[in-house]
Amino acid sequence: MIRCEGLSREYQSGGQPLTVLKNITLSVEAGAFLAIVGPSGSGKTTLLGLLAGLDQPTRGHVMLDGVRLDTLTEDGRARLRGERVGFVFQSFQLVPTLTAIENVLVPLELRGRSDPDRARQLLASVGLGGREQHYPAQLSGGEQQRVALARAFVNTPGILFADEPTGNLDAATGATIIALMRELNEAHGTTLVLVTHDQDLARQARRTVHLADGEIVSDSAA
Amino acid sequence: MNVGFILRMARRDTRSGARRLALLAAGVTAGVAALVAINGFTSNLRDSIASQARQLLGADLSFEARAPLPGLARTALDSIGGTESEVTSFSAMAYAGGSETARLTQMSAVTGGWPFYGAIETTPAGAWSQLQLGRHVIVDPSLLSSLGVQVGDSISVGATRLEVIGTIAAVPGDVGVRNAFGPRAFMRGADLDATGLLGFGARVEHAVLVQLPPGADAQSIAEKWRLRLRDLRVRIRTVADDQARLDNALTRLSNFLALVALVALLLGGLGVASAVHVHIRGKLPSVAMLRCLGATSGQMVGVYLVQAGLLALIGSLAGAAIGLLVQKALPALLGDFVPVDVAFHPSWSAAAVGTVMGLWVAIAFALLPLLEVRRVPPLAALRQDVSARPGRDWWRLGTLAALGLTILLLSIWQSRSVRTGIVFALAALVVLALLRLTALLLMAVARRLAPALPFAARQGILNLRRPSNQTSTVILAIGFGAFLLATVLLVQHTLLRTLDVSSPSSGNANMVFFDIQPSQLAGTDSMLRAAGVVAAPPVAIVPMRIASVRGIPVSTLQADTLREGRWALRREYRSTWRDTMVASEKLVAGHWWSGPAGDTTRISVEEDVAGELGVSVGDGIVWDVQGSRIPSVVASIRSVDWARFEPNFFVVFQPGALEEAPHTWVVLARVPRPESRGLLSRQIAERYPNITSLDLTLIQGAIASLLGKVTLAIRFMALFSLITGLVVLVGAIATSRFQRVREAALLRTLGASRGQLTAVALAEYAALGAVSALAALLLGGIAAWSLSHWIFQVPFSVPVGAAVILVAATALVTMVVGLWTALDVARQTPLGVLRGMLE
Repeated sequence: MIRCEGLSREYQSGGQPLTVLKNITLSVEAGAFLAIVGPSGSGKTTLLGLLAGLDQPTRGHVMLDGVRLDTLTEDGRARLRGERVGFVFQSFQLVPTLTAIENVLVPLELRGRSDPDRARQLLASVGLGGREQHYPAQLSGGEQQRVALARAFVNTPGILFADEPTGNLDAATGATIIALMRELNEAHGTTLVLVTHDQDLARQARRTVHLADGEIVSDSAA
Repeated sequence: MNVGFILRMARRDTRSGARRLALLAAGVTAGVAALVAINGFTSNLRDSIASQARQLLGADLSFEARAPLPGLARTALDSIGGTESEVTSFSAMAYAGGSETARLTQMSAVTGGWPFYGAIETTPAGAWSQLQLGRHVIVDPSLLSSLGVQVGDSISVGATRLEVIGTIAAVPGDVGVRNAFGPRAFMRGADLDATGLLGFGARVEHAVLVQLPPGADAQSIAEKWRLRLRDLRVRIRTVADDQARLDNALTRLSNFLALVALVALLLGGLGVASAVHVHIRGKLPSVAMLRCLGATSGQMVGVYLVQAGLLALIGSLAGAAIGLLVQKALPALLGDFVPVDVAFHPSWSAAAVGTVMGLWVAIAFALLPLLEVRRVPPLAALRQDVSARPGRDWWRLGTLAALGLTILLLSIWQSRSVRTGIVFALAALVVLALLRLTALLLMAVARRLAPALPFAARQGILNLRRPSNQTSTVILAIGFGAFLLATVLLVQHTLLRTLDVSSPSSGNANMVFFDIQPSQLAGTDSMLRAAGVVAAPPVAIVPMRIASVRGIPVSTLQADTLREGRWALRREYRSTWRDTMVASEKLVAGHWWSGPAGDTTRISVEEDVAGELGVSVGDGIVWDVQGSRIPSVVASIRSVDWARFEPNFFVVFQPGALEEAPHTWVVLARVPRPESRGLLSRQIAERYPNITSLDLTLIQGAIASLLGKVTLAIRFMALFSLITGLVVLVGAIATSRFQRVREAALLRTLGASRGQLTAVALAEYAALGAVSALAALLLGGIAAWSLSHWIFQVPFSVPVGAAVILVAATALVTMVVGLWTALDVARQTPLGVLRGMLE
């Protein structure tokens, strides 16, 4: 499903090259639940961004669902994401001017489709039935993240990337979100790639990759 | 590209912050209103001129000359075979038996049935038909009031007395400002000889107006005779000529005003750019997330472009509606310059064009900040520390070029001239750049001073530098309007001051007596002396024409149609003789004469005329002085300051050659008291009816009122720029509201009172307004000085009081508008703000 080879990413920092990822090779099968863990600054989010095609590596390449990302333009990668990828962010990233249901519908509408019934059904499945017309500001953090989850699954993506999805939530709400993600992962057979520094959360994954200083230090299955 | 998504997102995104976005739309409203109003008025004006063209002349055709028409003109008129009417125009002093003054009056003596088209309206109605029935006169109401007489009384004009049978209400074809230089009066041609005023030296305009027989074509008759009669100094006017000339002159005026209006629109564009910039900055996280979810950069630009376009359309439509209302008011403002009644009808084409222009300008200006959306990396949704993709952005360069082209094309279009358009666009850019530079300097000074100021003032000034502030845009927008107002104010003041003969300190002459016959000179002098008036030495005036230049007869020179300056060959010169130069003259080439005259008569020629005639020092000119030939040699070339109320001449002769030629005298005098001026003119008119006395303070007043009307029109259009500036200010405050509310909450948490918060805001807007106005005044001063120095060539002066008022008023308006907009900031409770519970 996802494969990367010799992946490196350097940034310029104060005129000096700063290597954030070093020669990462990794492959994730379809339907897997992978957690990427490590301390702050270990390169977790950078790796997630590269795997999702949000950024381009300095060296190496990524194959996403059989497509080599470096052969696509920025807009080409955007289209690929729109069709096959879902996202959940630490800070929820809902559009503040859209209602809950409108936020959920965005990925479909980007592709010229609309399916309010499915959106309503998804919102109900994350426990937000009846809250469709609420704006993000009218929802709590946990509720906003549930809307984000519904949005992530609305176009039945093959892959779901989640960046610290419980980072802004309290422990109980975080656990609910993770349970929901697992449920959806199992129900839809979606490949789940999760970045976190929460060890409890990582334990729920079927496979855990540890990063430190931009390198994989361990790769273990549960 | 998914159009449905773009439209849906644009609509949904407009739901919140609608008030803020409305200001984006309002940015172009004032500019569109100004353009629609002036362009609509111009179109109304054209229509009115076309429909009333024949009434402008009152006839189909007219033959005009400074002397009674020559035989050939008579032959021409006979061959046309239409109905003729004669109008003889001249200036004369009018006074009444009991009046203590005499007024210089623009007389027209009418024989026959003119006007053939349109009607001269009188009070009481129908007086015009009585004009030919006796020694009657119909006058402007202002003459009656200044002479203290009423309809039914008699007035003296020259050697005759005429009964006033009515006053003039409207004369087709006359502009309202015309009677500023002296009231008009109509008498019958039959009484002309009895006035005794058409003697030597009188300036008389003879016109024969013709109503053509059916089927005759005025234009072809004019073409047939024009060239042959031109050499005899007879001009032929037709309705079409008048219409074209008028169209031309008025279009130039409206095009100029339209450019002033365009400034307002372009400033609005600047406001739109700044509002979009702030709006987009707030949207960047959403954009990054949507890019993660698969939105293309084109889709994202599309969403915000559609949004800006829709809002700009609303703003432009509102502007067009306001513009139509303003258009209705413009005839009151400009009507005095227009010889036709401008009938109002809403100009839908002007409204449509204005709307499109508003939309175009808004989008052109919005595009630049919108392009930022393209450069948002999707990674920004995950990490805050990623910046926009680097590298040269061709889109940005292209947009910049399109923006420049937009400004240039609109300028060219509105001025209807490529050259004027380019000059205007460049000038506007230079002014904007200088305004910004000046503002930056003033801001730097203010920041230097800030630490020494009390808390509120210091905080207010520092607030102007808050992150993503729009201080520059606001200063540009307000400053440009204030700059226009300052320039107009300073130029008007400078011009009026130059013409000032009324102030006691000026010491200039304030009365002129014309057309004094040699035999009347001693008598006039003794009358002036008896009145205790000090007069300058009299100046002789000898009318003459050019017979030949450098041995080539004028007729030969005129036949050369490619030759420039033919007016200088044709015109009648009113020359003088004297042995010294006067203060308003400067020698450019050659030498002034000294000692007795030799065999050849030496002359000094004004530099522009010398250029037109193509003569230099040493060249010979032969003059035709009332039939006798006087040869002369150019001894010097002079420059002349025409702006002064002094008798100045194109050609000055060395004494000795002209004294025997027929001539009249001019005397200048200073008579301090207005009632003495009136009485003196009355006494002289009674004794010597042919002498014209001119009260220069009245002329000065006339010019002042004329200038006042012109500048009022310009100021009116400039006001739209200032309004746009204030809208931009309101927009800037609204877009930074969130930030302001947080700052205020923080300060309140730290113990600031509402009064202190208000004082901080007050200081901020006062500084903003003062910096804008000061920069505008500085630049306006430079512009006005340049205009005074290079164009009008008069000494520049600053009305200190008015300048201070302008700066203070701009600062005050900025302060009031700013405070009013930001009023609710201080009302938020600190806790609510800090918990992020903003509505």
